[in-house]
Amino acid sequence: MAIDTRTETPKASIGDYLRRNIREYGLLLALVVIMLLFQVLTGGVLFRPVNITNLILQNSFIVIMALGMLLIIVAGHIDLSVGSIVAFIGGISAIMLVKWGWHFSLVVPLCLVIGGLMGAAQGYWVAYQKIPSFIVTLAGMLVFRGLTYVVLQGRPIGPFPKEFQMLSTGFVPDLLSFGDPSTSMVKNWFALVIVLVLVGLAIYSGMKNRRLNDQHGSENEPFAFFLVQMAIISVVAVFLGFQLATYRGLPNVLVVMGVLIALYSFVTTRSTIGRRIYALGGNEKAAKLSGINTERLVFFTFANMGVLAALAGMIIAARLNSATPKAGVGFELDVIAACFIGGASASGGVGKITGAVIGAFIMGVMNNGMSIMGIGIDYQQLIKGLVLLAAVYFDVYNKNKAV
Amino acid sequence: MDKIILEMRGITKTFPGVKALDNVSFKVREGEIHALVGENGAGKSTLMKVLSGVYPAGSYDGEIHYDGKVRRFQTISDSEELGIIIIHQELALVPLLSIAENIFLGNEIAEKGVIQWQQTFARTKELLAKVGLKDSPATRITDIGVGKQQLVEIAKALSKKVRLLILDEPTASLNEKDSDALLALLMEFRKQGMTSIIISHKLNEIRKVADQITILRDGGAVETLDCHTQDIGEDRIIKGMVGRDMEDRYPPRDPKIGEMLLEVKNWNVFHQNHRDRQFLHDVNFNVRAGEVVGIAGLMGAGRTETAMSLFGKSWGHKITGDVSMHGKPVDVSTIPKAIAAGLAYVTEDRKHLGLVLMNNIKENTTLANLKGVSRNGIIDDRTEAKVASDYRQKLRIRSHSIYQEAVNLSGGNQQKVVLSKWLFTSPEVLILDEPTRGIDVGAKFEIYTIINQLAAEGKGILMISSEMPELLGTCDRIYVMNEGRIVAELSRNEASQESIMRAIMRSGEKQ
Repeated sequence: MAIDTRTETPKASIGDYLRRNIREYGLLLALVVIMLLFQVLTGGVLFRPVNITNLILQNSFIVIMALGMLLIIVAGHIDLSVGSIVAFIGGISAIMLVKWGWHFSLVVPLCLVIGGLMGAAQGYWVAYQKIPSFIVTLAGMLVFRGLTYVVLQGRPIGPFPKEFQMLSTGFVPDLLSFGDPSTSMVKNWFALVIVLVLVGLAIYSGMKNRRLNDQHGSENEPFAFFLVQMAIISVVAVFLGFQLATYRGLPNVLVVMGVLIALYSFVTTRSTIGRRIYALGGNEKAAKLSGINTERLVFFTFANMGVLAALAGMIIAARLNSATPKAGVGFELDVIAACFIGGASASGGVGKITGAVIGAFIMGVMNNGMSIMGIGIDYQQLIKGLVLLAAVYFDVYNKNKAV
Repeated sequence: MDKIILEMRGITKTFPGVKALDNVSFKVREGEIHALVGENGAGKSTLMKVLSGVYPAGSYDGEIHYDGKVRRFQTISDSEELGIIIIHQELALVPLLSIAENIFLGNEIAEKGVIQWQQTFARTKELLAKVGLKDSPATRITDIGVGKQQLVEIAKALSKKVRLLILDEPTASLNEKDSDALLALLMEFRKQGMTSIIISHKLNEIRKVADQITILRDGGAVETLDCHTQDIGEDRIIKGMVGRDMEDRYPPRDPKIGEMLLEVKNWNVFHQNHRDRQFLHDVNFNVRAGEVVGIAGLMGAGRTETAMSLFGKSWGHKITGDVSMHGKPVDVSTIPKAIAAGLAYVTEDRKHLGLVLMNNIKENTTLANLKGVSRNGIIDDRTEAKVASDYRQKLRIRSHSIYQEAVNLSGGNQQKVVLSKWLFTSPEVLILDEPTRGIDVGAKFEIYTIINQLAAEGKGILMISSEMPELLGTCDRIYVMNEGRIVAELSRNEASQESIMRAIMRSGEKQ
């Protein structure tokens, strides 16, 4: 009886707000710091237009898979098989395109379906037969890797048709031309315009949302925070957009990735499916007793992961221009690490798409930066491992302090 | 009995934004049983955590004097070393290890790291004898009942040379017989000179055993009552806890009973795990609109199992029988179908089965009816916030906003969130399973009021409770269950503690 129902807490101070949301801001800050650090350490190579383009191409498939993995981890599971699905899909897409000469517009959707079935097959054992996902997907990892060797008969297949390669190496053509690309510094005006429009839209919808929240008495972050955040994101986006525009414009992969990130953010924050996945991971029994079909939901997350892994598999195959049985080895670990660096909880129920994406880019920038610096793969692994541990320790430390 | 073994002086403990304890002082005499009572959230558990070193010295203000000296415990082992042992409400036993292994867990009788099993078993036997257990030390914890598990916890405390035993809600999950045995044991220990602090909501038990009672309210110690110098009735204690007189623990009820809603006939269910054992036998019952129907019975009588098997076959196996609503047969074979048929089941265990603790009030409120706040699978944030705010106001949920996480709410408020969730599915019949377990007197009254309101709106309420006075105080009709059967149906006038117990006992004799 201590507190009256009507009393709302006074508006949270900026300090309070920061403390409560330290994870998200900390993560963004960490990415910025790491980028600046490597910009200095690599003598300015990191932010060069070519390298930024490379960074996107190299990390797109990790980001894409992290979207699906986040759903799985939030649901309280894990998927170790994605690296093998990547290899298998790469392999069969090569067989269909190169050996059988099928058209890519048939092969791409077919491969997505096959990937979905591979994920669904695992989802069946996890959801309906209640076998721990760690074991099911460990088996899947071995089975699919084995199948890849079988279908490829141990040999790489390539090269791919040009149109299929465009999936990975193509750029959105310049639909606007304000000048001669050979003389102008900006080679692709379209890319720059698109980035500016998107930044404008983001600011507009952010403002609109705040106003609506105010009208309905929902929670808003402090205005100063909103401003600073928007300013940083806008500056970074415009800067990156400009750099891309001075090279070859927007990579196709970036567009695919951007659309998927937006889609999955929306699904996790706004859709009933997303809400149910969080509830399932937070308390499976309560979710089930609330009338949620938890089995079907788990099944869905695995099927979805399969589709995304298949997409990633094709992007990788197209990028390397060859399908090899060794493709994607160890990718599952990078993807899982991205989710955990991004703040997902291993026990389920917690995690954000934005976190997983930033986590993937933290890993990506480190990979890229260390490679430019000529650090050997041995030390790269060591450093990445320590970063993962540090990020998760940061979570645990914060949680304990809050109690 | 006048030596003070423990004195806590001016203890103040703050959590971010909340003052959990405010200048609390209290004294415990050596060799007494000291009861600590108060509503949920009054600060009892926090105070005991301060005492046992869960919250280290320095994280709170004030002093602890124990055995004549100021103590500054940094960890639990510091306080255990001096014989202060706390037994938490959620037992800290490892289910798959044996009694002996559990008793000496972390404190093994070993030489150079090799466990001496002979000695361990012999010592365990001695300790079990002291608490009146005859089970073999090799029995696994999972194979004994909750009552015995509680006794194993006490045996474990004895193994650590306990001087001050703290029990947090020791009888909350025990049946009457086990509770009595436990209380008798405490009185036996008192004779041997041991001091105990007992936290409990069960005032009749406290009256039975306590020498002194300290009442906490809103983080402060209100008063300490001496049970030897004055006769302290339950009403006196409740008055201290809520700060006002509680003339009637149950709101007045003026039932307007309407048409038949839920009818269950020939309900037979086999045990979930022991699949060839029939657990429920030909259970028949019904609930009318505007009626509050109770199900009384001892633990294991099959009350929760009846409710869960009915609610989308959430429990049991080989379920047969007929269910109808408004006289028409309905399909309740899955949870979504049961919800669609107009049923809602508010579980007994809100933390594990009712709430997603890490989610906020808003998200928990709409979980069972997301369709009601979404269109084409997209949740409308503002509609959702409005729904949650409305229920928060209607049920008087105390929180700083609808964005407060369920884990940070008190038991009574958590229960109200679970109720909100089910009310938002617009059920016709609500099954409430132990709706007031572990919540304080004031919040109980509010829950009863809500139940009355719902009945007045024409909903049917089926209420399962182990507290007979609660059923007698709130129900229009009471079914009595025993060993998987309905053994009596009593009207409000016929029902009394005696008639219920008689029905249970007689049904036992017949078999």
